[in-house]
Amino acid sequence: MLGADAIRLTDDDFALFGLSRRFQLDRSALDQAWRARQAQVHPDRFVGQDAAAQRLAMQWSVRVNEAYRRLKDPVARAAYLCDLLGAPIDAERNTAMPRNFLMQQMQWREALDDAQDAASVVALSNEVQGARDGYMADLSRRLDGQPDAAAAAQVVRALMFVQRFEQDLDDRLDALSHGANG
Amino acid sequence: MALLTISEPGQSPDPHQRRIAVGIDLGTTNSLVAVVRHGVEAQCLADADGRVMLPSAVQYLGEGRRAIGAGALAAQADDPLNTLTSFKRFMGRAARDVSGRDQLPYQFVDRQGMLAIQTREGAKTPVEASAEVLATLRQRAEDRLDDDVFGAVITVPAYFDDAQRQATKDAAEMAGLHVLRLINEPTAAAVAYGLEHGHEGLYAIYDLGGGTFDVSLLRLTQGVFEVVATGGDAALGGDDFDAVVAQWASTTAGLDVTTPHDQRALLVAARRAKEALTDADTTTLSATLDAGPLSLALTRVQFEQLAKGLVDRTLSSVRRVLRDAKLRADEVQGVVLVGGATRMPMVRAAVTQAFGREPLVDLNPDEVVALGAAIQANQLAGQSAGDALLLLDVIPLSLGLETMGGLVERVIDRNTTIPVAKAQEFTTFKDGQTAMALHVVQGERDLVADCRSLARFELRGIPPMVAGAARIRVTFQVDADGLLSVSARELTSDVEASMVVKPSYGLADEDIARMLQEGFVSAEADATARTLGEARVEAERMTLATRSALDADGDLLDGADLEAIQLALQRLQVTAQGRVSRDIDDAVKALADCTEGFAAMRMNRGIKQALAGKRLDEV
Repeated sequence: MLGADAIRLTDDDFALFGLSRRFQLDRSALDQAWRARQAQVHPDRFVGQDAAAQRLAMQWSVRVNEAYRRLKDPVARAAYLCDLLGAPIDAERNTAMPRNFLMQQMQWREALDDAQDAASVVALSNEVQGARDGYMADLSRRLDGQPDAAAAAQVVRALMFVQRFEQDLDDRLDALSHGANG
Repeated sequence: MALLTISEPGQSPDPHQRRIAVGIDLGTTNSLVAVVRHGVEAQCLADADGRVMLPSAVQYLGEGRRAIGAGALAAQADDPLNTLTSFKRFMGRAARDVSGRDQLPYQFVDRQGMLAIQTREGAKTPVEASAEVLATLRQRAEDRLDDDVFGAVITVPAYFDDAQRQATKDAAEMAGLHVLRLINEPTAAAVAYGLEHGHEGLYAIYDLGGGTFDVSLLRLTQGVFEVVATGGDAALGGDDFDAVVAQWASTTAGLDVTTPHDQRALLVAARRAKEALTDADTTTLSATLDAGPLSLALTRVQFEQLAKGLVDRTLSSVRRVLRDAKLRADEVQGVVLVGGATRMPMVRAAVTQAFGREPLVDLNPDEVVALGAAIQANQLAGQSAGDALLLLDVIPLSLGLETMGGLVERVIDRNTTIPVAKAQEFTTFKDGQTAMALHVVQGERDLVADCRSLARFELRGIPPMVAGAARIRVTFQVDADGLLSVSARELTSDVEASMVVKPSYGLADEDIARMLQEGFVSAEADATARTLGEARVEAERMTLATRSALDADGDLLDGADLEAIQLALQRLQVTAQGRVSRDIDDAVKALADCTEGFAAMRMNRGIKQALAGKRLDEV
């Protein structure tokens, strides 16, 4: 049923969607490819058929969703590319970060601790956003230009810190806005 | 590859797929059945009297006889104990989970797993009552269509958890229906509207039913309906508007409403008044109660003041879902109203204001869910011509596992597209540990105690290893019906355990609402609790590691060093009982500091032994 563009469960995420293996990615092309793949493999397409066909469809559909989740998140996508390029992120073991990066993290954390209202959290959030944009541009250069996977992996590790901090910023904003709403 | 040989949808050689498939909206207040017939748009099927809506009410008359639908509804005030209504709210619930059960005229029986209600024909579960309604609709469809019904798509609130979905599926099977798929009510409504309008884009579905409130954002692109985010308040519906009016009436009249008859009669009168105020500016609420006759004037303005808090709760869910989806209200291209309760002018006004546009109301809000279900049933039965429609739905609440310290390790986040499978690796905590208990929970909070417990099982037969050496992979899988199964495997030995999560009961509606609300309010409280939990886990890990090191190599230490370490251990144990994570961290650090020399000595011994050709595990 998959016709000429047959895909395999073992294909990498990019091959699964027929996309080139790059960090820069056309989100609408990804969305479109995801929907097209799901339209082929979703269990709803095999409702009247035997249990084996249903199980297989389920396995495929799960795989397609997994690849989509990974590719649509830039940090996960970059980590995945580093892995494919032979420089796994291995965040558990690689915790050593440059000193100035750690200093900035501490400054941000202190600023969040001191923030009393939504406005100051938003200001901090904008600053973090700016730093994140910088890292993203870095990733484009190191993954799509002259690939340097080891350097890219270091940027991904930094972004994982940034992401965790952004989550804390969001939580604080939620808490503050909820308080304001009563 | 089997997939390559499977025929295209619509071209299946399987003769069973030629049979008729219906869509059923199993509602809290009313239920409907709809079907798509050759070349005709979806339509709801009426009974012999021309009525499309079947009240979800069952009266047990005795001697195996029962009245279902309008007949039962008419009897509810006269025979309150034997007439079951709004039982969808009890699906997959224990009696203790039902909020406001004191105001309900029922005798609840707590059975293993799910509650039952004592009637003159014995205890009846909500699954049995639902099966009566479903069987009535199935009979109606077979009479009208003069054919067997091959299968059905049944709708459930997006917020239904595992237990509630499973209970719905059980009821359908009891009614002799083959369930093609359970789909979410807002998704079904979007399908009905999307096809009606032929537009692509982002839709918001505001579904205020008799007992639940859902709000979902869906994107329609190239025949694919993708649920972007869903949220709501599973303990909020039209019934609650009736309840505030009833409460106001008994207080205003100074009546003591206690008997089952009075409770039911007052609720019926309140509902009638509410419905009258949809068109009229003023009405009279009247009821004949045992406590005395009741007649009160109620204006729409008064009613809207009474109900304002309820509408505000729906709007706060709307804001939450937009935030989850990272979308603004003005990016929504159409707002669909679902559920009879959205007829209230105050609801329409509130929705219009929240989204800055008039909601779509050209489909009957009572019928739209059943119509969408019928369209999907037709698709799944392989009967539709042309491009097939595809629904990609999400799970409403996060799923996770309990880890050390009573913390939740989230495995699948809410609003993840289904089907989904995710694996996470865990390890053993103690040396020689041969079993691991797995506790599956659902909810948004960081602490297990604040989430809903779905299931517990155990992985046994792990070969004894040092702490941290075992690799236990736990896999969560949620299928296209939204039902969860969990399996666990120890990777170095291939020991496996798995189970389909069929909890004896699931989340109570009010629990879901509360957990979601609290999840947002208490993000900070959680963070503190999480830090404390983590500190305690670290303390325990450090204690165990030090003890086992002392057991193995304690002979390396002289008396003073040994005493210092044991003192630090003791101090850590005492501190870990406290609630200050910083103190615990300090005590952990103190212990680490004073064992530093010991660690170096152990290392040296290990190296010497290795050089001597002995393996460490032989020592």
